[in-house]
Amino acid sequence: MELFQYLPEVLSGWNLVILIVGTVVGLLLGATPGLSPTMAVALLIPFTFQMDTSSGLILLGVIYTATVAGGAVTAILVNIPGSPANIATMLDGHPMAKSGRATEALHYCFISSGIGGVIGVLVLIFFTPLLADFALGFGPSELFWIAILGITVIGSLGGTTVLKGLLAGAVGIWISLIGFNPVAGTERFMFTDHLQGGVTIIPALIGLFAIPQVFQMVEDARRGRGGKTFGMEHRPLWASIVYNLSRVRALGIGSVVGVLVGLIPGAGGQIAGLIAYDQNKKFSRNPEAYGKGEPDGVIASETSNSSMVGASLVPMLSLGIPGSPTAAVLLGGLLIQGLFPGPDLFTQHASVAWTFMGALLVSQVLMMVFGLYISRFSRYVIQIPKQHMAAAVAILAVFGTYSVQNSTSDVIIMMTMGCAMYFAMRFGFGPGPVVLGIILGPIAETNLLQGQMLGQAMDGTFQYFFTGGVNLLLIFLCVLSIGYSVAAEFKVRARQRRQSTGRTVEVES
Amino acid sequence: MNNKRLLQDKTLLAGIVTGAMLAVSGSALADYPSNPINVIVSYSAGGATDFQARIATSKSETYFGEPMVIVNRPGAGGQVGWNYLVQNSRDEGYDIAAYNVPHFIAQSLMYDTHYDIDNLEPIANWGVDPAVLIVGRDSPFDTIDDLVEYARENPGRVTVSGAGLFVGHHIATVQLENEAGIELKYLPTDGGVDALRFVQGGQVMAGFNNLSDAYRSQDRVKILGIADLERDEEFLPDVPTFKEAGYDIDDSSVNYRGLMTRSGVSEERLKILSEGAVEMFNDEEVQAQLKAGGSPMRVMGREELKEMWQERQAYLEELFASLDPEELEELAEED
Repeated sequence: MELFQYLPEVLSGWNLVILIVGTVVGLLLGATPGLSPTMAVALLIPFTFQMDTSSGLILLGVIYTATVAGGAVTAILVNIPGSPANIATMLDGHPMAKSGRATEALHYCFISSGIGGVIGVLVLIFFTPLLADFALGFGPSELFWIAILGITVIGSLGGTTVLKGLLAGAVGIWISLIGFNPVAGTERFMFTDHLQGGVTIIPALIGLFAIPQVFQMVEDARRGRGGKTFGMEHRPLWASIVYNLSRVRALGIGSVVGVLVGLIPGAGGQIAGLIAYDQNKKFSRNPEAYGKGEPDGVIASETSNSSMVGASLVPMLSLGIPGSPTAAVLLGGLLIQGLFPGPDLFTQHASVAWTFMGALLVSQVLMMVFGLYISRFSRYVIQIPKQHMAAAVAILAVFGTYSVQNSTSDVIIMMTMGCAMYFAMRFGFGPGPVVLGIILGPIAETNLLQGQMLGQAMDGTFQYFFTGGVNLLLIFLCVLSIGYSVAAEFKVRARQRRQSTGRTVEVES
Repeated sequence: MNNKRLLQDKTLLAGIVTGAMLAVSGSALADYPSNPINVIVSYSAGGATDFQARIATSKSETYFGEPMVIVNRPGAGGQVGWNYLVQNSRDEGYDIAAYNVPHFIAQSLMYDTHYDIDNLEPIANWGVDPAVLIVGRDSPFDTIDDLVEYARENPGRVTVSGAGLFVGHHIATVQLENEAGIELKYLPTDGGVDALRFVQGGQVMAGFNNLSDAYRSQDRVKILGIADLERDEEFLPDVPTFKEAGYDIDDSSVNYRGLMTRSGVSEERLKILSEGAVEMFNDEEVQAQLKAGGSPMRVMGREELKEMWQERQAYLEELFASLDPEELEELAEED
């Protein structure tokens, strides 16, 4: 197999140094709120101009891999996701940490990331030509339904009730409408020039997750609870590995969802973790445990967002169409290194292509090893007194937000959303659904508008959206997903009613 | 001791290097540029404009002594970035932007934008990317005539994708409609790559796309015609121009890419920018990398560009005036 021909070069001398340094730096960058994988890759591309081809490709691959996994560390320890991909990791990872299982959560996170990542790269290596056509089959109607399917995930995203989740999701979709219409360029909800560029995902993510957390930390510190709230337990690595490998369903759902979401261009790889989390919860025998520290939640989400990495490169390398925002940025760097996507990738540009894939594969393994190693040092992170932590996070939040587009408007947007979220959380609203709305709103809208135009030229809009195998399958999944959430809600309410007999029945909607 | 010596040596060396760089830049105004120059790209990272801008400006430390930093400000088909240039950036020559002609001119005519060719100053042009008409690999259309004939029999049923509203692809579509007397359904997408995906996946029947992108995916698309005055002998010698195929479509939809800045920057600085940029774009390595990426080069200086901008503006005003006003309104609002 040709891969083995190029692996020695990947692992030789200087390249090995790049791999190791890249992994560590990537993990740290990923762990910084605001420095999303997309950002990290974009920042590093200029450096690769000066390198020789294989080193440049290795650096890009390793950074992409490591940043995606690194975001989970802050999600678990500080309750702030490093990037949108890690929101689902946070839902169970942080509760695990709070109940004294931080080491365990970090173990699962990196083991699952490694497994998912390797699966994703293997898919990339073996099935690229096969899957390229599959990826092309997704047009506006299919993408619209995928976005809707993503929105149905809201039911399991925390917040106290499904209704509040949906409300928060609707607010998120509304926020995503601010700015210029993506298709026609008309202005919407633009009260000040600060909103001209709309609300982009990074300021929203940082504002909604980091800022309320900062306030919470300040509050705790003032009430004399500034010390650490949980410790890092000692847990043998082998025990985590054994348990992790036994969770076949979570690993399976995670990698399948990750690969599928990664493959489809325009679906936004960022939601892979959330969909996998949601699916796993729905298949679970005790869905109530999710959100309270269920290891399967961490495993499914991390497997999924790492397996998305390799898969999102399938349409990119074979068709030149990136499957995720980060892959889109990566494409520029790859083109400059002489890796031209297309069918002759493996014939004419074999050395470049195989070096890159080899680097991806090796970096998945390195990411797992170093991630596990670094997680041992996490104890120092949680020992930082709350007031210092709050200051550090606040600075990073402002810095991270500003650096994305060098925009003060983004910082203002971030702070405003953060303050609003802090109060909204008091009323049982969660930040997860809002972010999901902001990510999925534009996907649903653009594809709805485009589908409408195509439908008019064909047999009508209704037929366009409601016929065809993939469309029907996706609609079926949407109905199933909503039905499940409603049924689960009724079950919970019925139980509450039974428990609260004798007391005044609380009206909770 | 040793350390101190080393430090001095280094300072000296740095001095020499800086001196040499200043000498290279060869300008009397040695104080400009003395900071990195921000280059606004109005599209997201990874797109054709972004990718080319990154290569084209990659040698700026050699030619200006300062790096050019790409800042992506995507949104509203480019309006966000260009509005930002004229509204929020300063006129000291450290804020410049990548432009796409005819796109930004068309937008300034059709929308309520803050920019137009009067408050922007061209610096230099690096590339030309003609629009090409493409169809999927399995499409029954093999020539422009096939497509036109089908569109005559089925008015409004032929869907054509392009990179957005009022970009070169859209203009080429309107030109073809006018010239052949047919009605097409134009589908604006988020960018050239998306538009190409729609053709490859069969979601639309045809598309206008960048020559460079279409060239790279010839295994999945057929290129029927090129909307330029001459064939592209280097990349696509076998593809006829529209004129050759009997449709009088000129090069108005050709996508020019280059650098511009806001008005108010002093003539001296504009001159430094323009001359430096022309040299930079003519750099052998830059040219080789851009060509390897499939983007045809044409380096132009300020004077030539000013003229070209004016010509395009005049032509577009005429083209849009020829459109049915109702149809225009529909285009600008309904989509």
